[in-house]
Amino acid sequence: MTLDAIPEVSTVLDDQDPSVPAIIKGTGHLPEMRVDPITLFHRVREECGDIGRFRLADKNVVLVTGAEANEAFFRAPENVLDQAAAYPFMTPIFGKGVVFDASPEERQQMLKNQALRGDMMRGHAQTIEEEIRKMVANWGEEGEIDLLDFFAELTIYTTSSCLIGKPFRDQLDSSFAAVYHQLEHGTDAIAYVDPYADIENFRLRDEAREELVAKVQAILDARIARGEVPKEERDLLDVLIAVGMDADYITGIFISMMFAGHHTSSGTASWAMIELLRNPAVMDDVVAELDALYAPDADGAAPEVSFQALRSIPVLEAALKETLRLHPPLVILMRLVQEDFELLGHTIPAGTVLAASPRVSNRIEDDFPKADAFDPGRYVDPRQEDLQNRWTWIPFGAGKHRCVGNAFAMMQMKAIFSVILRDFEFEPVQPLDSYRDDVSKMVIQLAQPARVRYRRRTS
Amino acid sequence: MRVVADVGICQGHQLCQGEAPDVFGFDEDADVVTLLEEHPDESRRADVATAVKYCPAFALSIEED
Repeated sequence: MTLDAIPEVSTVLDDQDPSVPAIIKGTGHLPEMRVDPITLFHRVREECGDIGRFRLADKNVVLVTGAEANEAFFRAPENVLDQAAAYPFMTPIFGKGVVFDASPEERQQMLKNQALRGDMMRGHAQTIEEEIRKMVANWGEEGEIDLLDFFAELTIYTTSSCLIGKPFRDQLDSSFAAVYHQLEHGTDAIAYVDPYADIENFRLRDEAREELVAKVQAILDARIARGEVPKEERDLLDVLIAVGMDADYITGIFISMMFAGHHTSSGTASWAMIELLRNPAVMDDVVAELDALYAPDADGAAPEVSFQALRSIPVLEAALKETLRLHPPLVILMRLVQEDFELLGHTIPAGTVLAASPRVSNRIEDDFPKADAFDPGRYVDPRQEDLQNRWTWIPFGAGKHRCVGNAFAMMQMKAIFSVILRDFEFEPVQPLDSYRDDVSKMVIQLAQPARVRYRRRTS
Repeated sequence: MRVVADVGICQGHQLCQGEAPDVFGFDEDADVVTLLEEHPDESRRADVATAVKYCPAFALSIEED
């Protein structure tokens, strides 16, 4: 069984180039993936079509795009295409032994059952509205924020409060967000060679994790000193303390619970703001929609954000979907092939990494005409380009593994923009094309500076 | 219209039942959607279309007869 029949993408960065760190010399496309993954993934489709491959150290990665291959990829069961084994950079972040006791499928199910149930969304919506209002309470009449700093901090508070519990969230401050960000920054692709290599990025990652454990330990000590509280005041932390888990293990669980919802939401909120600034006509439409929606009726009553965020806000939703299509928070999704897998007439041998790319599939010209253009009109009847292309419109993935938090995430985005766009107007303070992603880590984050100016609206 | 539910990808969020409880049911044991009415009356189109649009798993669709 070989992969010879599947074309391999060209090499643009020689893996022996002097710019390549010694530890990843000779690792094929790994050096390029560390500096420009997006160009690499697009080039696979341009040169090889729906199925092509590249090499990361001793692993062949088969990257598929297009509806037919994506559907096969997303429909495959966990025992054939394994998620956990394909992400070696996550293990040191969660902590050894923490997460992989349960399969990603089981964890997803747990999360859905415990924190993301439909009947819990109303409470989450109220929590998110409170958190965003707290964040803007000291904004004054005008000023500047950095989008990454602002949304990364806000989403630490919302994810911790909704997924772990309000008592835990109330013991966090901006320093927790800063350290958590450092941890996310530790997802260097060098992990495909050695996730514990002695490099700066991994040292910072491990220091950040130790700092988080110390913070959780302090909260835990305070809980123990305080003694038992009535059942209705307990959160997940109290439960985990009661069953005898230590701070290191609990921190790992919390990191893993918050991970999928944090950098993703933070990045999407940032890019939505940037796209609205780049497309003033869309911004005007969104603001007009929100103003109309929240306008008081004859009796002076207006819908609450926490109520409306769970309901349809079509113009804003279309802008958010288009943001997600162009800037999917995860640019590549990977699985380790556990048993030989048939795909587009090829047999992919066990041990291969199989990948799909939201970044590439979301911009397939045949499915999304003028694919690089920001056009929220795509989601209006009858075009509905998301539903029409459910295997290539994949910012949340697809199939059984489709992001279990996507309804939560959309609600959160609607709540955030409902609050900030009605109270403030925004303008860029740097050239519009200077807002960009830092793609040097597997977890992509907005590159700084990403500053915008706000001014309180006068009605 | 004909309603199609792909139980191979349904995640059991049950949001569709909120939109059109006369069309969508739920199999508790399998944790997936069931169809109570495969050919709903045209008057139900708006609610069914909303259920399709907001399904968190993209597991629902409408096909025209």
